[in-house]
Amino acid sequence: MSASETTHDHADHGTRRGYLIGFLLSAVLTAIPFWLVMNHVIADAQATALAIFAFAFVQIIVHTIFFLHVNTRSEGGWTLMALIFTVVIIAIVISGSLWIMYHLNSNMMPMTAGDMTGH
Amino acid sequence: MTTHADTDIDRDAFYVTEEEHHDADGATALGFWIYLMSDALIFATLFAAYGVLGTSYAGGPAPRQIFELPLVALNTTFLLLSSITFGMAAIDSHAGKVRSTQVWLVITALFGIAFVGVELHEFAGLIAEGATPQRSAFLSAFFTLVGTHGLHVSFGLVWIAVMLVQIGQRGLIPANKRRLMCLGMFWHLLDVVWIGVFTFVYLLGVVR
Amino acid sequence: MLTTIFGRLSLESFPIHEPIVLGTFIGVAILGVALLGAVTYFRLWGYLWSEWFTSVDHKKIGIMYMILGIVMLLRGFADALMMRLQQAIAFGGSDGYLNAHHYDQIFSAHGTIMIFFVAIPLVVGIINYVMPLQIGARDVAFPFLNNLSFWLTVAGAALVMVSLFVGEFSRAGWLNYVPVANLQNSPDTGPDYYLWALQIAGIGTLLSGINMVVTLLKMRAPGMSMMKMPVFCWTALCSNVLVIAIFPVLTAAFAMLMLDRYVGTDFFTNDLGGNPMMYWNLVWIWGHPEVYVLVLPVFGIFSEITSTFSGKPLFGYSSMVYATVVITILSFLVWLHHFFTMGSGASVNSFFGIATMVISIPTGAKIFNWLFTMYRGRIRFELPMMWVVAFLLTFTVGGMTGVLLAVPPADFVLHNSLFLVAHFHNVIIGGVVFGLFAGMTYWFPKAFGFRLDPFWGKVSFWGWVIGYWVAWTPIYVVGLMGTTRRVRHFDDPSLQIWFVIALIGAAIILVGILAFIIQIAVSIKNREALRDTTGDPWDARTLEWSISSPPPAYNFAFTPIVHTLDTWHDMKERGAKTPASGYRAIHMPRNTGAGVILSGLALALGFAMVWYIWWLAAVSAVGLFVVAIGHTFNYNRDYHIPADEVAAGEAARLAVEG
Repeated sequence: MSASETTHDHADHGTRRGYLIGFLLSAVLTAIPFWLVMNHVIADAQATALAIFAFAFVQIIVHTIFFLHVNTRSEGGWTLMALIFTVVIIAIVISGSLWIMYHLNSNMMPMTAGDMTGH
Repeated sequence: MTTHADTDIDRDAFYVTEEEHHDADGATALGFWIYLMSDALIFATLFAAYGVLGTSYAGGPAPRQIFELPLVALNTTFLLLSSITFGMAAIDSHAGKVRSTQVWLVITALFGIAFVGVELHEFAGLIAEGATPQRSAFLSAFFTLVGTHGLHVSFGLVWIAVMLVQIGQRGLIPANKRRLMCLGMFWHLLDVVWIGVFTFVYLLGVVR
Repeated sequence: MLTTIFGRLSLESFPIHEPIVLGTFIGVAILGVALLGAVTYFRLWGYLWSEWFTSVDHKKIGIMYMILGIVMLLRGFADALMMRLQQAIAFGGSDGYLNAHHYDQIFSAHGTIMIFFVAIPLVVGIINYVMPLQIGARDVAFPFLNNLSFWLTVAGAALVMVSLFVGEFSRAGWLNYVPVANLQNSPDTGPDYYLWALQIAGIGTLLSGINMVVTLLKMRAPGMSMMKMPVFCWTALCSNVLVIAIFPVLTAAFAMLMLDRYVGTDFFTNDLGGNPMMYWNLVWIWGHPEVYVLVLPVFGIFSEITSTFSGKPLFGYSSMVYATVVITILSFLVWLHHFFTMGSGASVNSFFGIATMVISIPTGAKIFNWLFTMYRGRIRFELPMMWVVAFLLTFTVGGMTGVLLAVPPADFVLHNSLFLVAHFHNVIIGGVVFGLFAGMTYWFPKAFGFRLDPFWGKVSFWGWVIGYWVAWTPIYVVGLMGTTRRVRHFDDPSLQIWFVIALIGAAIILVGILAFIIQIAVSIKNREALRDTTGDPWDARTLEWSISSPPPAYNFAFTPIVHTLDTWHDMKERGAKTPASGYRAIHMPRNTGAGVILSGLALALGFAMVWYIWWLAAVSAVGLFVVAIGHTFNYNRDYHIPADEVAAGEAARLAVEG
């Protein structure tokens, strides 16, 4: 048995071309949000925020595919399964905490965020 | 997953009598991946803390006053470049090219060092201005989240150094290739975390 | 100068003026010296080091986890007795025998020890021992990591034990709640001991979780698809997936509290924008799934036992699997029910209240599956099966009081009351503890080659079951009347009788625990009469019973091929014979002392940080780094057991079985 052959069933190691595509995509996906924020391209802060979230989301997927080589085949699909499970848990932890603590603050602290100046 | 499909199996065979093959690479790759998932959850918790406490300025400085986006852009560039150079090291290691694997690893480490250097410079500047981790809950959460990422990068640098020595000693034997693959996953995951950091901490902080 | 060497450790740190602690210390010291002396006298150090401490064999590590859990159970139960005694006498004019400072440490230590150093090690120990055998594997995926996980857990336990005699333990409850655990309210070493002990042990638990999951996913015998795994393996998988998902959250939350205490950050402080309730939020994101980390494997144990002793395949295998998976996911959506009263409002409370009630549905389905497995089965009421029945009766009551607490308005009345305390003891004793005793009785013959003595086992069983009900029913009653938890002294004398009854119950449980220890001693003494030569003393159905008791180091001379769910039952039905020749050399991992050394350094680091002994902290941190990196330079990690050695061992086994 050759070592390269056994390792090959487990993961795609990517090609030079794959890495370059991934790099170019992520360079663009990084540059645009920085440009949006630094040059105040969109007047509305909320719209800017949503736009940069969207770019981050896409870029994370690009990295996962081109650099981390996650696909449906690696380790019999368990790699992807672990990733999906983790994403769900991350979503629950972050959104749950924000939701709970936001409601706590609005119910129990009759002040706006800007007034919270300690003492 | 075991490699035998159900259909291959003789209904009346109860024991494997031929030579067996243990899949060490696959177990290590999956195990390390799962470890990375747990690491991602540590970051998720720190992001949650930042999300909850990130506007508690306690009369201290707000993000808009202290974040310098050009510096962050520079750092992001370093990290992205280090990703592609690590990719080159990975490709060359599979081709069995010891020398060029080492060269690409050194280049990756240089970008990593530059990243950590810029981050330390940024932290030093903030502390000199009085924006210390003790000043407000926002700053505590900021320093902890960004600092934990920086610590991970520093740990990755130590790992690259160890890897260079081990490849130098033993070449690209299967055990070393397996380690390099894990190191690669670690390094690329730090990019993914950094995407979250520059978007949700720096860019969002300046927008709002 | 002295502060540089000893940090804040001084002569005053030793509780020489506290007679109770001093007496305990003298007792422990005498026992400890006697034990060490005996080991030295019988020249056992070399044997223990090379055969046990450095072993990477999952079976030996599993047994060591069990020993750790049982030793810590004695400590945790001693705390419980002290609390029961205090609450039974501290009424009206009597102040009891424990001061508030001491009492607060005892209830904090009791909870911490029972969850982290009793329940977790026992559950992990049984999974470690049984799971690889059930899937037909020769070891776990990462044998060295397994050894390291165990010793890190020991290091954490040791740090908690040290706090009994050097300095003091946390007074902030078993989850080290802020604001009590903040630096300004607890400037002492208590919360630091807690944080360092649990961080060190937590890393061990996390690594063990990864190890078990990879083992289950990658190392199953040929033919064993996911839906042919024994239920215990499924529950072990879900439990360890939960470990991997929740321990990072706990680690991060504790790390932030550590930063607050050591660096002066403002995460959970009351001023400068900190938010103590964020700590509660994070620790309970860990805390609720943790309940299922413990109870799911125990459900697996009950499933195996019910099916074996009813002589039938488990009723509703696939519904059992789906219920387990659904519980795994749902357990992440209920954590706020631990702090309904915090004030997040009606919408948030409704969501988490409903999610909590929903989670009782898959659990209920499991109860019916066990009942239907027993229905029309030929039930043999041996000891493991008796534990199952006691569990079904006890746990169901605990489940129902849990659904009661899930209703937010009811929780506003019962929050922080002894009713809640009775509820979670009902599910943890009636579920986890009963299940662990069932599992220990069931698999003991596999691990040691002889059965446990049934008479003393029955004494232990009745001690636990009767003791549980006598101890906790009165606590339900006073809790419903509004008595709050973590209270050292009561003014209302009409309550005293309930606490006296509870103390009697605790004494009956003590009988159960002592009978368990006697049971082990008696069984060792009568081991020849109790010997299991078949490897299958219970006429069981899964693969671990297809090999000798105790199994050889390599478990299976020939890896089994799996055709159905109850593989061993199928093999017996169809008259499968192990090949008696054609053995091959078996590839095995080598023992290593790195795990013990790394954990020793971690313990030194923890102790040094607790006492601000900065030089020792630096030295041990550097040591940890150097040893860990040094270990990666060791490429020589495995060896082969030669084929003729395997042949000789197997021949001896076949000769015994006849």
